[in-house]
Amino acid sequence: MLSIENITHSIDVWLYGTFNPTAALLLESLIVGLCAITLFAVLGLVLVLMERKVSAYMQIRLGPNRVGPGGALQTVADTLKLAMKEGLTPDGADKFLFNLAPFMVIVVAMLILVPVAFAKGTQIWDINIGVLYISAVSSLSVIGILMAGWASNNKYSLLGAMRSGAQIVSYELSAGLSIISIVTLTGSLRISDIIDSQQDGWWLFKGHIPAMISFVIFIIAVTAETNRAPFDLAEAESELTAGFHTEYSGMKFALFFLAEYVNIFIVCAIAATLFLGGWMPLHIGHWTAFNHAMDYIPSSLWFIGKTFFLIFVIMWFRWTFPRLRIDQLLSLEWKYLLPLSLFNLLLMTLISIKGWHF
Amino acid sequence: MPSNESHSTLLWPLLLYTILVVILLAAILALSYLLGQRHDDRATGKPYEGGIEQTGAARLRFSAKFYLVAMLFVIFDVEAVFIMLWALGFYALGWRGYLGVLVFIGQLLVVLVYEWGIGALSIGADAKKILKEYKKIKLNSDEMVAKQPW
Repeated sequence: MLSIENITHSIDVWLYGTFNPTAALLLESLIVGLCAITLFAVLGLVLVLMERKVSAYMQIRLGPNRVGPGGALQTVADTLKLAMKEGLTPDGADKFLFNLAPFMVIVVAMLILVPVAFAKGTQIWDINIGVLYISAVSSLSVIGILMAGWASNNKYSLLGAMRSGAQIVSYELSAGLSIISIVTLTGSLRISDIIDSQQDGWWLFKGHIPAMISFVIFIIAVTAETNRAPFDLAEAESELTAGFHTEYSGMKFALFFLAEYVNIFIVCAIAATLFLGGWMPLHIGHWTAFNHAMDYIPSSLWFIGKTFFLIFVIMWFRWTFPRLRIDQLLSLEWKYLLPLSLFNLLLMTLISIKGWHF
Repeated sequence: MPSNESHSTLLWPLLLYTILVVILLAAILALSYLLGQRHDDRATGKPYEGGIEQTGAARLRFSAKFYLVAMLFVIFDVEAVFIMLWALGFYALGWRGYLGVLVFIGQLLVVLVYEWGIGALSIGADAKKILKEYKKIKLNSDEMVAKQPW
């Protein structure tokens, strides 16, 4: 059967057979790096289009439908237009930090992509501290945001950056505790181990109610961490113009946008990996026929399906809930979600120590 | 890539990847700089402030609560690292480990309740308190009005 695993394996064998090991490794990392960058660009284009289409259909309009078939090339046109625009730097801005901030945000988003398992055997780097790496590196993006807000010499930017900083660090805690509650079940931080442990069912269903609670908490926390509505205080359009990237124009603005959408993709991919089994097909206990039928769907389709479903849910939030105030936002985290996730973690560990999970 | 290699050999592809990303970004920005327009008008470099002249510097003073949130985050995030370590050795530690973490998380919750009690978590104005004060003042003034002889 033609799968991504076979293709990568044959390329690997060919490279190591043709070149000496160092050159092969170098070439391989170059190929993988270029693939990741291409994937990154495609993701940005697809997700921006998806956001606009989903918003449009939720408001009973058509959305972009002129450029390309069904508006599919709209984002490409927008990117080209942005590339032709002037990159302004406001007077009195800290020029070095102002130009460093987009780099920071993008590089962080690119680095979190590394341990994500896209399909069976398709993972750039199966690091043994996978989920810890993701939660550690993803919290670096707040530095880029604070940098952008501070360097812009603009009041909107500074307010947006401060809000965003407080919000991201607060919700980091709940997201981390939800991750830990799955780690207690799997006993490993490695992404491939976490996926393998869901062979006979996804943790969302196997882990009883605590797993569902931590799934919900995780989705709320990542919505806040990626500055999405209803937690989009960092760039609340109606009050702060565009928040921390008010002063950015042209390609630098596009880079912020790209990083934001790739971050959404990655957090949804992590949620799918931890709770919905990553690329693992839907298996139910001993229903052998059903399980075999499910195995015929390729693993990459499973992964992409789950991830895009979660992305759709997060986009759905945007048109369902009104925006919170900053004090409501922070008290939601510190007074409700944090104690709840601590209790939930204890409950979850009790379940796994007693072996009550399936 | 064989997975049993040591970390030192596995780290440099990551570094190479980062460098690749940085070079690509620099190329994109340089291209956009070459293709982009150039203006130097009276208001080109002015920071945006709703279309009017900027009033005062943009380096505002902001609420100290943001600092407080960051401090609280440091406390709880360091604890999260400890809990993560425990979660890895969880099956080996068994009930004794569970009791230990119970005490640890209990302490965390006590800290959280204490912070809540001293008002570290009440960010922004408390609308209910303001409303209560307002009602008290209004009641007093209404009474004063009622006491007037006319």
